[in-house]
Amino acid sequence: MKTDGRYTLSFDAIGKHDLARVGGKCASLGEMTQAGVAVPPGFAVTTDGYLAMLEQTGLRAEIERHLHGVDPEDFDALDRAAQAIRIRIRGHRIPSEVEAAIRDAYASMGGDTPVAVRSSATAEDLPDASFAGQQDTYLWVRGADAVVEKVRDCWASLFATRAVAYRERNRIPHADVNMSVGVQKMVNARAAGVAMSLDPVNGDRTRIVIDASWGLGEMVVSGVVTPDNYSVEKVLMEIIDRKISDKHVELIGDAERGETVEREVDEARRATPCLSDAQVIAVAQLAKRLEKQNGCPQDVEWAIDADLPDGENLLALQSRPETIWSQKKKDKPRNPYATGMMSIVGTLNNPYGSKR
Amino acid sequence: MDAQTPLFPSAYDMKAPAGAEGWESIYPYYVLFRPEKRAEEDGKFWFCNSQHWPTPFRPFDTIMVDFATKGLGQYNTRHLLVPPANGVDYRILNGYVYFSPIGVAPEDIEARIPQFLERAGHYYMNWDALLANWKTKVMAAIEELDAIQFEPLPEVVDVDWVKEGRGLDNTYDLFNRYDDAIRLCYKIWQYHFEFLNLGYAAYLDFFGFLKGEFPQIPDQAIAKMVQGVDSELFRPDDELKKLAKLAVEKGLSPVFESDHVDVILADLATKPGGKEWLAAWEEAKDPWFNFTSGNGFYSTDKYWIDHLDIPMTYLKDYIKRIEAGDEIMRPTDKLLAERDRITAEYREMMDDEAQAVFDQKLGLSRTVFPYVEDHNFYIEHWALGVFWRKMRQLSKLLMDQGLWDSEDGMFFLSRNEVRDVLWDYSAAWAIGTSLQGATHWPEEIRRRRGIVDALASQSPQPALNNPPEVITEPFTIMLWGITSDSIKRWVGEGSTDGALHGMAGSPGVVEGVARVLRSPDQLGELQKGEILVTPVTAPSWAPVFGKIGAAVTDIGGMMSHAAIVCREYGLPAVTGTGNASSRIKTGMRVRVDGNAGTVTILE
Repeated sequence: MKTDGRYTLSFDAIGKHDLARVGGKCASLGEMTQAGVAVPPGFAVTTDGYLAMLEQTGLRAEIERHLHGVDPEDFDALDRAAQAIRIRIRGHRIPSEVEAAIRDAYASMGGDTPVAVRSSATAEDLPDASFAGQQDTYLWVRGADAVVEKVRDCWASLFATRAVAYRERNRIPHADVNMSVGVQKMVNARAAGVAMSLDPVNGDRTRIVIDASWGLGEMVVSGVVTPDNYSVEKVLMEIIDRKISDKHVELIGDAERGETVEREVDEARRATPCLSDAQVIAVAQLAKRLEKQNGCPQDVEWAIDADLPDGENLLALQSRPETIWSQKKKDKPRNPYATGMMSIVGTLNNPYGSKR
Repeated sequence: MDAQTPLFPSAYDMKAPAGAEGWESIYPYYVLFRPEKRAEEDGKFWFCNSQHWPTPFRPFDTIMVDFATKGLGQYNTRHLLVPPANGVDYRILNGYVYFSPIGVAPEDIEARIPQFLERAGHYYMNWDALLANWKTKVMAAIEELDAIQFEPLPEVVDVDWVKEGRGLDNTYDLFNRYDDAIRLCYKIWQYHFEFLNLGYAAYLDFFGFLKGEFPQIPDQAIAKMVQGVDSELFRPDDELKKLAKLAVEKGLSPVFESDHVDVILADLATKPGGKEWLAAWEEAKDPWFNFTSGNGFYSTDKYWIDHLDIPMTYLKDYIKRIEAGDEIMRPTDKLLAERDRITAEYREMMDDEAQAVFDQKLGLSRTVFPYVEDHNFYIEHWALGVFWRKMRQLSKLLMDQGLWDSEDGMFFLSRNEVRDVLWDYSAAWAIGTSLQGATHWPEEIRRRRGIVDALASQSPQPALNNPPEVITEPFTIMLWGITSDSIKRWVGEGSTDGALHGMAGSPGVVEGVARVLRSPDQLGELQKGEILVTPVTAPSWAPVFGKIGAAVTDIGGMMSHAAIVCREYGLPAVTGTGNASSRIKTGMRVRVDGNAGTVTILE
């Protein structure tokens, strides 16, 4: 991939030290790519591009002006200011050297390849980064002009009302949060979903829980369909539990129109499992591998690409640390662990199978 | 169901099948539900131990349940003082044996703890040394048993005995040898339980700890962490595989096409390389062919060493598989690596404090667990095999004296009646008259054989009377897989989906055609990839586990033979289904889910 290393950075060139320049999402894609995990190829538009935009167009001053004196508690005022900023960002041309770098990198992906354009904010040190920068994603974007436009839209999304309000309320200087943008080859998802490397219901780390549905994974994430649900034993890699659901709609790419469309799933496919058992295990293996690589339980987005051969068609789209259970302190057993002979006496007096 | 009606019938309301009338007369009084004790007996919960005794007893064969229950009881009650558990009481009803665990009164448990700590603690602390001593003791008993020879009484006492002034005759030795054989069998059964429950207790402790850390951890994952890969229980099968490899290497496979083991062995002697193979075969026989296709508890058990056609059938199958390009040797390195991987991955999910406890409990479990597997070879297969061989020899000898007309006649007498027969034989020999028994036993044995056959026509009840609200007896849970849940399964509760429910014995999911087997004699019927469905399996069925797709049993817990062997072979297993072998018919397509512990009949 042809990237300039300054404004654009190929996923396979992103290292740990690039986090501040590419944001959490792209950094994770880069790490996965380099660890040999199958990830759709792509590049990051670095925060240098965003900063060049702010500096060269005078946007930085404009933003400060719009927000100056706005009462963070006055939602309407905040909304008006945020909207004005977004319009201003979309109203400026991207600096020519940044735009040229994006066009070069995109062209090197093969002409007018459909891509996903995803925002990747640099706010990873914040406990709940997803609110600090609105995580906009544009799917099935096609053609260099459209890509450039969506990159700018992602930058603008940093000033979504909700994001601005969050920063104001938490006294996070707006200039502390920058925006990188990932441009990634679109997956033609036959089925997709999420995998958690622990059981989200009870925090059980011996389980991997998978939600899967037809088409792109957005329907699963947004909760529009009830996905097929699998529970896989993490060590033995055995499917312990499966619930096959009625998956009535799917989101698929329309390459001609350059967007995604929702369509009804035909009767026959609805109640059919969208993954084979072997694919369930492959997804679980992927989640387990990403947990090991990152050193903590992960929340993984994945897809099965319809255009790739079996065995190479499972792709990781994103992996981030699981936040809910991982931040909870484990309940200490009420009594300290029994050990030695007294433990055996305890076991005999109250063996496991006797418990209700 | 109203609260007054017990879940299971009373022993006193059970009818014997037609043709079995008077069955009580063939068993000793102390194993019967006696009418005088009805109130007491009806107040206890009894479960049928069809895991160890799936078919009705011939009178002599009750020796095994006598000695086994007594051995189990003495260690719990008198040697170790296991705090909550005494022995397991037993009764025979319509030919089948029912067990009832005897708990310790709650107020007496506390007082037993210090004694248990001292006694059991000593075993755990000195496990390896005591176990080495155990092997020495058991080997000595086997050797002593093996040396016993039964010979017909001679026409006259040897003249040398007369001249040396011995003053005793041959009947004196006959009695001694019989008594020695029974005494050694009794000794062996005591040794059997010396370590067993301690092994189970340490394992249960490890098991409970892991269930506390990871409530959803599969039972089999825990078993896999402690299970050995070089258990002596797998040696007989491994020896056959080695012999099969050797036969193929030496180009001897065509010789094995004959249907007769004698022809094959004679033929081998004439072939180049054949002598070398025969030497390896002889070497393997002792001790590894002291291996029964049953479980060692019946006089009808067939041991490989007495029936060379059994190992030969397996051997021929292995040769065919090698020639078809199959890898038949167990991948022990891989199994060991897998055991280490599983252990390490669960360990990683614990915090530091739990890891330290885990390490300690895992260490003890791995120290004690090999006994749980290995003892089976030494006792049930080897020692009891020698015992049965000696008893068959005696039965044949007495048949030759006209006391009965079939080689197995003696097994329709109790062990004490056999002593009477020895007296009859000795006295008649000394006096110079004819045997009283010759006109008594043939008819009596025919009557008893008719009763045993009639008893076998009826399946046992899974249990009698009411179960306690919760099963708390640790060994009942461990050995027989009997928990409050499994009892619910027996009475058909909790099965709304039409699937059969059992214990998840070994992981994996497989679909295939069922083959229902009721006896080891049918093992030859199994086709590659079929699902073995059977009341209970024995370790010696190992050779067939290489070709089946999965195993389903009526009886058995997570440590039952079927579960152990299936985990070893990486096959799914569902154990303790209660009645799979009657509900599933040969030829049905079934789905065995060894993760969920369910079996679904597909068509």
